[in-house]
Amino acid sequence: MIRNSTMDSTEQQQLKSWLYDIATDRDKAAFTELFKWFAPKVIRFGLQKLNTESAANELLQETMTNIWKKSHLFDGDKGEATTWVYSIMRNLSFDMLRKVKSNREDTLSEDIWPIAEAQLVEDNVFDDHLMSSNIIKHINCLPEPQKEVVQGVYFQEMSQEQLANKLGIPLGTVKSRLRLALVKLKQQIGESE
Amino acid sequence: MITHHPQYDLLCAFVEGELPASLSAGIAIHAELCETCAKNIERLTQESAANTFASDVKVYNAYSDKQTTIAANDDSAFKQMIDSITNDESIIESKVHEPLDIEIKGTTYQLPQALRSMSMMGWQKMGKLSRSRLNLNEGSLHSSLLHIDKEGGVPSHTHKGFELTLLLEGSFEDEMGTYVKGDFIWLTNKETHTPHTTEGCLCYTVADDALQFTQGLSKLLNPIGAFIY
Repeated sequence: MIRNSTMDSTEQQQLKSWLYDIATDRDKAAFTELFKWFAPKVIRFGLQKLNTESAANELLQETMTNIWKKSHLFDGDKGEATTWVYSIMRNLSFDMLRKVKSNREDTLSEDIWPIAEAQLVEDNVFDDHLMSSNIIKHINCLPEPQKEVVQGVYFQEMSQEQLANKLGIPLGTVKSRLRLALVKLKQQIGESE
Repeated sequence: MITHHPQYDLLCAFVEGELPASLSAGIAIHAELCETCAKNIERLTQESAANTFASDVKVYNAYSDKQTTIAANDDSAFKQMIDSITNDESIIESKVHEPLDIEIKGTTYQLPQALRSMSMMGWQKMGKLSRSRLNLNEGSLHSSLLHIDKEGGVPSHTHKGFELTLLLEGSFEDEMGTYVKGDFIWLTNKETHTPHTTEGCLCYTVADDALQFTQGLSKLLNPIGAFIY
């Protein structure tokens, strides 16, 4: 069952950085590279699971569209780019297969395999996607404890007290982590803009 | 504590998206409550992803020889697809869903996320049993929510095919033991059991054939077997 993968960490890093470029800059060149890397493999997967060329092509189109539109939800700290793309592709293929076999268009895959980030990102939190994706990039560079606090306070709109309770740390620690994080963010954003 | 888990093969098929929606949902509900299986699923997903995306040029060429019309093999179709995708600048935000509640015999239960979009038929009642079929259209595979009221049970029976019972709330016991919330109970036609619940329970069930009652008078109950299935 378990085969050795021929992928090395340099390749994984490259995929991650393409995804970040797509998320932050809507970088078409990075998307083209990513497309070329994944397309033959998505097609191969599609042919195996869905049997027809046209279905495999549709799977490719849908998978790549989802990558383009959801790249900001990818978190490289939580897993590899391959795992993230695989989940998207597997979900789409599951829904397509169900459509053929059970004649249902109910897209159940999102309920069966919810995206982990669903807990972190609320609907329509941001108005300015360009600016916010830029900030997200910087937030992602923060050390984990600071990142946690920033996400809790600014994305989930928890009070500092609620957050301290949730994380099981003293309120003072939340405050100092938040202060550190904001200083760092100001520096980084100031530098890049 | 959860003591009944899906078998390894079932987890592998789940990760690859090869199981029907009914069984996939059963595994997802279990994994939400079982850290061990959740971790195994995470690891298996990484492995499947690595295998799927490993550079394996041979297999690909075997296809590309025959399948020359595939977009990815064709530079212009390739470019066209990229252009049409990137022309749309909109992004998709992930949604946070409010949990759905259902009420049966005066008790409110929270429905697991995996079942939230499935269309449910009305509740049918027979004594202490209440059943609501999930309308998944999977042929002989039938999925239901089954509620057994306090001190209720199902007479001794076996299954013609297999039966998955996933305990969503409450507990029940049979000849083989006591089951708790999250237990993934997979029975085949080799096993016979007589489930009984003291406190009442709500289960998610998937069966591929009707139940068969095995003992004395309860053989007369075989129509109930079809009811539960």
